[in-house]
Amino acid sequence: MAHGPAKGITRWLYTTNHKDIGSMYLWFSFLMFLLGGVFALVIRAELFEPGLQIVEPEFFNQMTTMHGLVMVFGAVMPAFVGLANWMVPMMIGAPDMALPRMNNWSFWILPFAFAMLASTLFMEGGAPNFGWTFYAPLSTTYAPPSVTFFIFAVHIMGASSIMGAINIIATILNMRAPGMTLMKMPLFVWTWLITAYLLIAVMPVLAGVVTMMLMDIHFGTSFFSAAGGGDPVLFQHVFWFFGHPEVYIMILPAFGVVSAIIPTFARKPLFGYASMVYATASIAFLSFIVWAHHMFTVGMPIAGELFFMYATMLIAVPTGVKVFNWVTTMFKGSMTFETPMLFSVAFVILFTIGGFSGLMLAIAPADFQYHDTYFVVAHFHYVLVPGAIFSITAGVYYWLPKWCGNMYDETMGKMHFWMAFIGLNLTFFPMHFAGLAGMPRRIPDYNMMFADWNMISSVGAFLFGAAQLLFLYNVIATIVSGKKATDRVWEGSHGLEWTVPSPAPYHTFSTPPEVK
Amino acid sequence: MLKQAKSCFAWLLGLSFTSQFALADDVKRWGVNMTQGVTDVSREIYGLHMDIFWWCVAIGVVVFGVMIYTMIAHRKANGAKAANFHESTTLEILWTVVPIIILVIMVIPATKTLIKVYDTSEPDLDVVVTGYQWKWKYEYLNQDVSFFSSLSTPQDEIYNRAPKGPNYLLEVDQELVIPTKQKVRFLITANDVIHAWWVPDLAVKKDAIPGFINESWTYVEEPGIYRGQCAELCGKDHGFMPIVVRAVPQAEFDAWMNKKREAAAAIAEAAKQTLTFDELYAQGEAVYQKHCAACHQADGKGIPPTFPAIAGSPIANGDMRAHIDRVLNGGQGMPPFGEQLTPVESAAVITFQRNAFGNNTGSELQPIDIVNFKQGL
Ligand code: HEC
Ligand code: HEM
Ligand SMILES: [Cu+2]
Ligand SMILES: [Cu+2]
Repeated sequence: MAHGPAKGITRWLYTTNHKDIGSMYLWFSFLMFLLGGVFALVIRAELFEPGLQIVEPEFFNQMTTMHGLVMVFGAVMPAFVGLANWMVPMMIGAPDMALPRMNNWSFWILPFAFAMLASTLFMEGGAPNFGWTFYAPLSTTYAPPSVTFFIFAVHIMGASSIMGAINIIATILNMRAPGMTLMKMPLFVWTWLITAYLLIAVMPVLAGVVTMMLMDIHFGTSFFSAAGGGDPVLFQHVFWFFGHPEVYIMILPAFGVVSAIIPTFARKPLFGYASMVYATASIAFLSFIVWAHHMFTVGMPIAGELFFMYATMLIAVPTGVKVFNWVTTMFKGSMTFETPMLFSVAFVILFTIGGFSGLMLAIAPADFQYHDTYFVVAHFHYVLVPGAIFSITAGVYYWLPKWCGNMYDETMGKMHFWMAFIGLNLTFFPMHFAGLAGMPRRIPDYNMMFADWNMISSVGAFLFGAAQLLFLYNVIATIVSGKKATDRVWEGSHGLEWTVPSPAPYHTFSTPPEVK
Repeated sequence: MLKQAKSCFAWLLGLSFTSQFALADDVKRWGVNMTQGVTDVSREIYGLHMDIFWWCVAIGVVVFGVMIYTMIAHRKANGAKAANFHESTTLEILWTVVPIIILVIMVIPATKTLIKVYDTSEPDLDVVVTGYQWKWKYEYLNQDVSFFSSLSTPQDEIYNRAPKGPNYLLEVDQELVIPTKQKVRFLITANDVIHAWWVPDLAVKKDAIPGFINESWTYVEEPGIYRGQCAELCGKDHGFMPIVVRAVPQAEFDAWMNKKREAAAAIAEAAKQTLTFDELYAQGEAVYQKHCAACHQADGKGIPPTFPAIAGSPIANGDMRAHIDRVLNGGQGMPPFGEQLTPVESAAVITFQRNAFGNNTGSELQPIDIVNFKQGL
């Protein structure tokens, strides 16, 4: 037992091994990615042309809500926790996570949360239909009965995230190998450390807001009901106090992944390591004081509007610093473009485009025209899909040979990249136009003036979906029958994780390495 | 020419739309940019939008230019040798300070416009806008005129059984009429969930929140029809509650107001008449299909548990006053129709519900009963 995995299903049920748990997180998140993707394709199929063809508005709203929830809480967040589980101990020279039993628990409650959430689709009254932002009173007085299950599921997801975050902080602060000072840590470790603090700060706020909903629905309180003396806008403030840091929770670890990959394939050290660390910390700090930029139209006093406009624009500065540092890292390197690098370069370009539209949205008066249109949908997909999803994909290609000991098929990897890249831009670029032309978001049907862009979006979405099946195939083929990989894997790779054999043995760094 | 080139592109994608939307010729297609709108404010906002857009383009050209150059020039395949520099305080300061300067340049006009948008003082006319699931109510403050405005696109167009008109989903039964060259203030609120009142050409978008009143304003110079939509998810038919504003010269506006007041008087008069059961039933059926079928469904079966069935409903088969109360005053997700339906319509739809879908109370109701109920008699 001490030296290898147990046999059969108990290996996975009882495991406290960070690599096993990391793998489970990654597989689970991929499954959720496919599920959320199916929901997205239902949306895109209905929006392929004007008129109601495939689903009724009631079900359409359930699809947008479930898509958003599953992607955010089921696909992106667990994937990053999976990467952290695998890589953080190996990058800092630790034998495992600091709290291995809690690690097992924080993974294993997730499948229950999502099974419960998915089961609401079959309940009377249907699944949650109030958007992933679940604004009250649509999500309280006017919600379907399944909202109670939704609340419970969110509580479980939150508990899982908080436990994961505590574990990561404890690991990073206590288990670094001798000589691994904070300012020597790989950027992925740094970004995760900061993300973990964000998680601990805001997941309880999310838990609080859903609990207030629960009280309003079942115990006669009126936190969010004006008729009882409450305030529906309070809901939005509390939600976005969680919600804005949440979007950085989904992007900071992505910064870390890309900061590991670009230097490897540029064969040149990361430019401005220290400023990258400080920029990450400033983004994290600023993320707490910009939440109401999601609420420019709720009728805040002008002082509030101005404050949140200025603070939001300020975030562009450290974000810009990151982009400039990546570009300068590439500059005068000796670059090759294997699949992880392709995804990372696409990350830098497309995330920057998402940043541009973010900057536009920050201009409060202009936001009166953009808010709740497809322009916003385009914006957040440019930061989430080529941002979070591409970096996760890049990370998987980059570390897969270390995880399973086999090299993936480069041709298929490149094919996956180009299909995803083209599909993504076809899907989301036209949404900028549809939004500016006046198409609101979360609508199942629209006037013909938006028809052309929507049709292109829908075609792109199916292409993007197909690309993910290729990815799945490529990963399985690599694990089952890939060519043996070397320990170093990449010519330009640096860091402790590349000093262990490929595949990484079940226990690594049982005696800590010496970091110079 | 450009239009043709673009449809060629679409065709290349393997889709021929031209035939499908042949009817929609008078629809502006392939829109790519924000409207400049028809007010001072909307043009200023458009200006801000274009300014920040061009700043983004400029930054993009520099960043992506360097990236593309380096990806071509510094490839290992082309024999590039990696340099080893990895720090420069000068550069870090430079690319912190330059963006800050750009932001300050942008923030000044944005602040000015925002102050203007927020100046709702001294209006010439006040309109109270109330969002309901899924229609708007407009009330001209202190003018004794108020009415509901809901989607007028027929179900057949939505379900592809009839060709779609050019204003598909952007047309209503009663438009909001405002005078040109007057400062009109909107007092925006909601009755049930949060909605948002948005008319792109006026650059007005404001959340309609139950229990709160938000303010916004516009000053339209040219007469015209301006269309918008609800912009905050508000439930099932969020996509089906458009806004149509018709701006007309003051004289025409006054005439229109007078007509509205006369119509209101006529309704009060009509409430005094007595109708036969068949008249009530027939008119009630029409009212039902227009106002109630969205939730209770055309066949009266509802969508339980959210929207209860009328067929076999304990209320529609039980105490008459409970039934009137539910329809006029709503409750628990059922919108109040007391102000929206005329007494004749209310009496008719209640009579209809009590005798249709297999309900068989045989009871009927006269408009005067509704008037009395409203007065607490
Ligand atoms: C926005 C959706 C909606 C519309 C439109 C609507 N209703 Fe309702 N209605 C409801 C809901 C929800 C309830 C359940 C209320 C409750 O449980 O107290 C309801 C309940 C009722 C009931 C009581 C049924 C029962 O057995 O409890 C009657 C009668 C009724 N509505 C009549 C009407 C009439 C008449 C119209 C059209 C003029 C109408 N409704 C339009 C949502 C709607
Ligand atoms: C296959 C790729 C994807 C497609 C085609 C897609 C499509 C869509 C569409 C069309 C909407 C708009 C729904 C509406 O407003 O009517 C939407 C909403 C959303 N998507 Fe995606 N999406 C994809 C991937 C993702 C990913 C990877 C994430 C998260 C990381 C994500 C997060 C969201 C969120 C948060 C919303 C908002 C949901 C809401 O309105 O409540 N999407 N998506
Ligand atoms: Cu935000
Ligand atoms: Cu709405």
